Order: sequence, then C-alpha cells, then structure tokens
Amino acid sequence: MDFNDTPEQAAYRAEVRAWLGANAEPRKDRPSVNRRLDAEEGLKLAKAWQARKADAGYACRHWPVAHGGQDRPMIETIIYDQEEANFDVPTGFFSIGLGMCGPVMAQYATQEQQARFIPPLIRGEEVWCQLFSEPAAGSDVAGLRTRCHRDGDDWVVNGQKVWTSGAHYSDWGILVARHDSSLPKHKGLTFFFIDMKSPGIDIKPIKQINGGSNFNEVFFTNVRVPDSQRLGAIGEGWQVAITTLMNERLAVGDAPPPDFREVMKLAAACELDGRPALEDSSVREKIADWYVESMGMKHTKARTMTALSQGKVPGPENSIGKVVSAPKLQSVSSFGADLMDMGGVITDPSLMPSDALFQQSFLYSPGLRIAGGTDEILRNIIAERVLGLPGEIRVDRDVPYSDIPTGN
Amino acid sequence: MNFDFSDAQKALKQQTRDFLRAACDTTVPRRVLEDTDEPFARDLWQQVCANESPGIAIPEEYGGIGFGYLELCVVAEEMGRAIAPVPFSSSVYLAAEAILQGGSEEQKGRLLPRLASGESIGTFAVSEGPGQATVANLQATLRDGRVSGTKMPVPDGDVADLCVVVARDGEGASLAVVDLAAEGVSREPVDTLDPSRSHARITFDGAEAELLGEAGQGWAVKDAVFDRAAVLFAMEQLGGADACLQMAIGYAKGRYAFGRPIGSFQAIKHKLADMYIKNELARANCYYGAWALSTDAAELPVAAAAARVAATQAFHFASKENIQTHGGIGFTWESDCHLYYRRSKLLALSIGSERVWKDRLISGLERQEAA
Repeated sequence: MDFNDTPEQAAYRAEVRAWLGANAEPRKDRPSVNRRLDAEEGLKLAKAWQARKADAGYACRHWPVAHGGQDRPMIETIIYDQEEANFDVPTGFFSIGLGMCGPVMAQYATQEQQARFIPPLIRGEEVWCQLFSEPAAGSDVAGLRTRCHRDGDDWVVNGQKVWTSGAHYSDWGILVARHDSSLPKHKGLTFFFIDMKSPGIDIKPIKQINGGSNFNEVFFTNVRVPDSQRLGAIGEGWQVAITTLMNERLAVGDAPPPDFREVMKLAAACELDGRPALEDSSVREKIADWYVESMGMKHTKARTMTALSQGKVPGPENSIGKVVSAPKLQSVSSFGADLMDMGGVITDPSLMPSDALFQQSFLYSPGLRIAGGTDEILRNIIAERVLGLPGEIRVDRDVPYSDIPTGN
Repeated sequence: MNFDFSDAQKALKQQTRDFLRAACDTTVPRRVLEDTDEPFARDLWQQVCANESPGIAIPEEYGGIGFGYLELCVVAEEMGRAIAPVPFSSSVYLAAEAILQGGSEEQKGRLLPRLASGESIGTFAVSEGPGQATVANLQATLRDGRVSGTKMPVPDGDVADLCVVVARDGEGASLAVVDLAAEGVSREPVDTLDPSRSHARITFDGAEAELLGEAGQGWAVKDAVFDRAAVLFAMEQLGGADACLQMAIGYAKGRYAFGRPIGSFQAIKHKLADMYIKNELARANCYYGAWALSTDAAELPVAAAAARVAATQAFHFASKENIQTHGGIGFTWESDCHLYYRRSKLLALSIGSERVWKDRLISGLERQEAA
C-alpha cells in the first residue's frame, strides 16, 4: 500500500501541474466560473480552454490514436483531471460529448464518420448532446415514445425529448427513437446521431427550481435523419443506449462543493449561542459524517485508480459515487444555510459567505439526485448488478409496446 | 498510487478466513454466548496462538513475528467477520500496543513475548462505569507503585493475566501494568450486551503496579494507543458489517413472500444497497487508516477516527437492518442475527463511542488546519 505516484506518474503530474499553473487560475472559495457565467459566455471560454488543452495533449489522452487520442494509460487522464480540479476552468460543456457521444461514435460509426466527428469533439469545436429522456420516459427510458419511420434513404422523426443538457448550443446529438410499436419495448428502438440544426427541431429551455436553465425540451416535427447516421442495427437501439448510459454513470461523477471543508470554515466563522458554531458538538458530529463520506469516496476512487493502474477493470465500488455525493451536497448546503440562522435565507452573493454558495447549492442539489440515474435507480443497480438480487418483475417486457398501459 | 494490499497480505487474509470458517463458524460464538462457564473459546484461542496471530505486528526482538500492521489489519477484518470469541483485541490491539507505545526497552523485552505467544492474555482498563472517562473524573489512583480503584467493564478482565490500568497520578494520569494474579486484585464477570466476549469488574486495593512510561503523562499515551487500536477495531467492525450484508443477501434471495423472493422488492433492495454503500465507505476509510497505521503517518489520528466512525456506522446499520431483513425469525434467539447485533454495539463502545470519535476527528482536522 503506497499513496505515492510512481516516478513516471509523479513526473507527469508535475508536468500537468506546471502547465495548469501557467494557463489557469487556481480555484477559489466561491462559485466556480461555470456557475458565474451565462451559457453563451461560458461556452466561448470553454471552447477556448478545450482547444488549448487539446493542443497541449491533455484532452482524451487515453483514447486510441485512431480515435484522436494518444493511447496513454487511463491513469494519466485521471491525474490530469485531479490536477485540473484545483483550477477554476470552464468545464461541463463537453462532458456529455466526451463521456458518452464520443465513445458511442467510436464503437458504432463508420471510419469516415469517426474521422469527421471525433477530432472536433476532442478539440471542443463541436458540442454534442444526448436525446434519451422523455416526458413519459425518465427512469424507464426504454419506454420512450418518440417515433421514427423509414422514408427512402432517410428516417423521419416525430416526438419530444426532455432534460437535454445544452441542446440549444449543441451542434450534434445522439437520439433513440421507436421504429416499431408492435414489438416489445426494448426491441423496437433504433439509435441515430443527428444534426441539431436540422429543420423541424424546436428547442425550449426548461427553467429549473434554482432559476437556471441547464436543460431543454426538444421537439421533433418531421425531422429527417439520413440512414447513414444510424448507429447499430435497426432494433438494436437499446443495446447501443445501454453502452452510453454506462459511460454516463462514470461521466456524472462528483458533486461540486460545498463539502465538509466549506462547512467547517463557515462553522468557524458563524456563532451559535455566542460561541463559534464549530465548538458545538452537534455541528462537529455533522461535519464528521460528511468528512467520512467524502474521504470514503476519495479513497474509493483511489481503489479504482489502483485497479486501473494495474491494468484491471475497476470493480463495482464505483457505482456508489453519485448516490453518496448528491444527497450529501443537499444536506451540506441545507445545514450551511441553517448555520447562518435567520440570515441564511438571503441569496444575494454580495451579502453572503462564499458568495451564497450554500444557498445556490440548496436549490441546485435536488437535480443532482435525479440526473444520470435517480438515487432509487442507482440503488436498484447496486442491488441487482453488484449484490446479485433478483430483478424486478417486469409486466411490460414481453408484450407489444402498444399494449403497455400509459397512465399520466 | 497503490491503494491495495499486497498479494502476500491478500493470501494471509484468505488463509485466515479459511481457517476461521472451519474453526469458528457461528456455533462457536453462540456456544460462548450461551455457556456462562466458558468466558472465551479456549480451543480457538489456542489455534489462533499456534498460528502466531497475536504476534503478527510485534517486532521479532520482542518475541513477535514482526510482519507489520497491514498484516494485522487483514487478520482483524477476518476476526471481525467470524465474530471470534477470543481475547484477541484486548491482548493485541490494546495491551501489546500500550506496552509498545509506553514501555521501556526492558519492559517490552520482558512483557511482549508472553503476549506475542499467547502464553499470557493482556487487557487495558480505563472505563470506571457509565459515562465517558476523562483525566478529570478518574477515580482509580496510582500512588507509591500501588493502584487502587474499580475499573469496569474491563474486556476479558476475568481471564486476562496482566492489565494496563489508566489511573490518576497527581494532576495527571499514568499507565501502569498490574499482574491480575497479584494480591489486592479482585475481579468478577459483569454481564454485557455481548456475552460472547467476557468483561469484568476489577477492584484494585493497593495492588502492586509497574509504571509504564512517564508518571502523569499516561493520558496522551492512552490516546496514542487508542488511535492505533481504532484502526484495528474498525477492521473488525468492517468484517462484521460485511458478514451481515452477506447474511442478509443470502436470506433475501431465498425467502419468498407474495410469490417472489423478498430480495426482488425495492424496499429490501434499497436497504441492502445502503448496507453495501456504508460498507464500501467504511472499507475505503479503513484501508486508509490501515495505511496510516502501518506507516506511522502524521495523518493517523484523523485517518483512524474516520475509519472508526465509518466502520461503527456501517456495522451498526448492517447488523440492525440484517435483523429487519429477516423479519420475525431475525428476532429469535436461535437466529444468528443477534450475535452480530450484540457484537456491533460492543465494538462500537469498546474504545469510546461514535460521538467521542467524531469529536476527535474534528479536533484532528482543526489541528491540521492550524498547522
């Protein structure tokens, strides 16, 4: 057991750290650049940053050379990400493209398509989004209703997607649609990538409870998609989607701050009964709980990293990430507001500790418990795939999709 | 980065698990639990000693085999998994550690070989009854090489040969080794939540005591010993928590209700997923604590407290929800569920409650912050 990098890893880390030091600002105790800027301005910065990163050889290093990477060990990508997390850089715009769309293109697109689409994806020149969820297909995404039918060399798509991050600034998207309602639900799906500027696509931002709009509704009215943009066979859409969703669970990793550090700092500064709140045993107990969860996640990642650096496939321990970090974010931010007592309701950043980070997170965190697999779905996955418990009884699996009751 | 045990350590773990599976299935802790005349499983203890497990981390010059603490950690996890009814933790994590941390070369050379071989059983006495023991409220005193006062519960105090006692000494506290066969020592078993591990009330009445370390400086040594023991107790708790999860999974797959395995209901799935999550968080914290213990890292106090808190929570949760998963049968004496439930509470309080360890954790973070 040894927490030090190997000499090669240490050298790489030093190189990365030096490059980041010369090219980016260290992270500060305030909302990150991602939260401070609106999407348009943020995207401009993020594209510039991604290009700079790609030029320096730090983007997608672990991807095969043929897919625009450098075929370097995954551990180097992890080291880069760890170091980058200490800097306030615009991220997030490409996580779906790089985490989900890139890998699915690499697996299912033709050589020509890969050559056309993957390099601009890596450089951040083109942004991608993912069109899976629907109003009637959230956790049960295979129940989706968006239809597609063949018309000559094209497919024609009609329906509605929802919770599409970045649809309004995306150039391309990956889409699952139903080509045959008479088949059982998992069998009637087909997968495409589409031009988000196609005629018939109508994008409406969703206003979230925190006032922000990170997601959209996307409406399809007779949108034509060339059959050459189909990924996988007709009817194989679910298998392709599953590959993508697996990648999503790795991509939607950690919750952003605040964590125990920020609460501890806050508790040292706030008074409770005339003493620093940090001296109060109930406060100390709470912070200890979050510390243990936070370090548990950190060291679990270290176990994953060890497996990767030994050339092994990481075990299922990774699956606990979001189900721990998202509820933690919610309770940390709620408790932070409590520590400010009556003043804790104020959201004006200029008046509040940490630029109202706790208040912002209070409103933002419920979404994190839902996005990329709800707490409940993730527990099902742990129970079934990790612990080997029997699957749900499925009343909708082997019947024609059109016969499944729909409700609201 | 290599956050994993070595192949040799993994082999030792597997070997220990296989040995305990054969020598200590749940009938063994149950036997000790039910038999008031058998304070610990003597036959099992003899085998544990024959395997040289007590001396695993004790240096060779003091009669141990000097492997190291990572090796002791993997053994501890397996002892916890087997809820082994032997005085391993008292003798190895507490008494031997106290002598290693506080003793002179002469004392180490004289006392440790007996503990390493298992020829003697050691224990450690700080608590004097309900309520947290502090330097300020200690009643037992050490004066002119003699100790007086009452300690309870002393783990394995009814069967141990020597005891490291924490006693008031002037303004501070001292550690002193007492031969429990000596004059002025009387002891009787006390009933506890987990009778598969015996505890005693020991009364010292001017019993001869040998100072361990500097007079009046014993409390800091006790804290250092507890930091180290916290990692080892946490490893035991982790093993116990995993045993509960496996037991609950097995039952949930095989028990049918409403025409299907109860493990197919989300209410059960989510409960077991939560057990798994807590266990994994505890495992990660325990491994880090094991690393800190094995390298005497500056992070040890915080790492040990985090391991202790996480493992206490995990074992408590797993042992109670294991009963819940079993339903009515889990509340019966004949079911093994209560063996773990009892042990989880025993271990949770053995070297101080979760609340105390959380406070130590935050104090450690404050010190790091200030440094």
